[in-house]
Amino acid sequence: MRTGVIHDLGYQRYTGPRFGRGYAFRTLYSHTLRTSFGLGRGVKAKIFSWTIIGIITLVAVVLTDIGSQSSEPVMTSPMFVDNMATLTILLLAAVAPELTSRDQQTRVLGLYLARPMRREDYALARLAGAVTAIFLVLAGPVTLMFAGAALSTDKGASGVGDAAVDWLQGVAHSATHALVLGSISLLAAALIRRRAIAAAAVVAVFLVGLPAVGVAAELSGSQGATELVSMVAPVAALSYLDTWLYGGSDLDIVHGPWLLLYVVAVIAACTALLVIRYRKVPA
Amino acid sequence: MTRSLAKQYDGGVRALDDLSVTIDSAAVSGRETPGGVVGLVGANGAGKSTFLKIVLGLMPPTSGSIQVLGLDPTVDGELVRARVGYMPEYDCLPPDISASELVTHFGRISGLPKATARERASETLRHVGLYEERYRQIGGYSTGMKQRVKLAQALVHDPDLLLLDEPTNGLDPAGRDAMLDLVRRIGTEFGITVVICSHLLGEIERICDYLVALDGGRLLRADRVDTMTAGQDELVIEVDEPADSDPTDAEGRAGDGADALVELLRSRGLDAARDGRSVVVPLHDPSTYDLILDAVADLQLALHRLDQRRHRVAELFANAS
Repeated sequence: MRTGVIHDLGYQRYTGPRFGRGYAFRTLYSHTLRTSFGLGRGVKAKIFSWTIIGIITLVAVVLTDIGSQSSEPVMTSPMFVDNMATLTILLLAAVAPELTSRDQQTRVLGLYLARPMRREDYALARLAGAVTAIFLVLAGPVTLMFAGAALSTDKGASGVGDAAVDWLQGVAHSATHALVLGSISLLAAALIRRRAIAAAAVVAVFLVGLPAVGVAAELSGSQGATELVSMVAPVAALSYLDTWLYGGSDLDIVHGPWLLLYVVAVIAACTALLVIRYRKVPA
Repeated sequence: MTRSLAKQYDGGVRALDDLSVTIDSAAVSGRETPGGVVGLVGANGAGKSTFLKIVLGLMPPTSGSIQVLGLDPTVDGELVRARVGYMPEYDCLPPDISASELVTHFGRISGLPKATARERASETLRHVGLYEERYRQIGGYSTGMKQRVKLAQALVHDPDLLLLDEPTNGLDPAGRDAMLDLVRRIGTEFGITVVICSHLLGEIERICDYLVALDGGRLLRADRVDTMTAGQDELVIEVDEPADSDPTDAEGRAGDGADALVELLRSRGLDAARDGRSVVVPLHDPSTYDLILDAVADLQLALHRLDQRRHRVAELFANAS
């Protein structure tokens, strides 16, 4: 053997450190985050994710530019987040099935569960990763708008202060959006094995309630009734919640506390149902 | 390792019934070193996959207890799964990433640091026989390559126990041989105890040190392969009539010489028997050969064939049931 050539050492046992459940969770979380942005995936996945991210950012840049030329900003940051809901849903329709349906369809899930990871760890790591991704997609442009507003303000320190308050509200509303839309989307997608159908289901879940809100607004003319009906369409409910919490519009919100309770309940219920779904799903 | 293990599925299907078996690494390999290959055989539906899922802690047994690597998988499922590798029976690979990425990712999920996972992933893929192909997407792989990737992902974190569920499924004869040789090497050279499931006893018996046979969820037999076959070997003797005897005898009544040999061997204490044209004698120890040769010489017969016939394990099970 001592001939000085490179020879096969044979199989080497591993004696180094082994990390446990927490590490597995963090690994899947960061993998989920990367997957959401199309990293480590094919070109097609990257194009779709980054087109939507690009559009949202572009809107933010245009709004910042218009706002810097007029004295008043075009819309508040939370309103911007509300207006981006359609794009957020489209992004989730692409991302959520990739995170949930794919592992069930290809049965990779079985390989995860044969490792130091519990079924609920898998579900929560996927959810946390998706929510973080959506939050970054929304909070990033909001921060851009804050930077633009703070730099172009002509009111000095008070202008920067106002912009900072608006920024914080925008970031908070981004988080709310990410939690509500993310948990609903992941639950919807996790129930369906086929990726394309799961993507359609994610969009359908958000669209299906919207006509009801429109009809209710026309028929009753009562703001309170419309708010209650809006609870079948999470996006509409989120925008009413935005108005109640942060203002920025002339609407008088009647059922603010109920809307807040509704949002918390939706997040909790979807998370719980997602965990239950993953307890049941065959690996 | 298991005691009175039973698993009752919802709907009343009893997949495992009162199964008690101990698979000890030292007993398996017959050496002080760890490793060895255990064959878990049984027909489809005998409870093999159910047994593996209980070992992994993925489903609790309905009754009874189980210990894996000194741990109870119903309590410490994560700790057990960190030291166990599992290759499922079904196709479980995503088509759109490379083998290298997949195995690295699962190395990390199993607890390896990032750089180590990457290093061990390429090492493991090399050991299972995937080289440059590992950077291509799995969707383009042949069935044989996919089985190798499935094996690699079970091996990447260097488990102490490797569970292989029907690893030769869908492979052609050459692929089967290659896979079984690889499993044999993992059990011997790598020093990892392997449990290999199969419904084809004939296929895996040659690579196993130890066999556990299940039938309808019950333990049929569990023992070392060499004890199963020990004392079961036979010598097959064929003799020709001496050349100077009547040649028509050899055609018509070929048995005469053989019958005489059976008589003589019996009188000398061997349990000889006719089996068609040949005489079969159980092989106890080397002196059996001397007794046979003496008897053949005394009868002045021409020894045509003297072979050792090894009982195949399948025959033992056929006799047992």
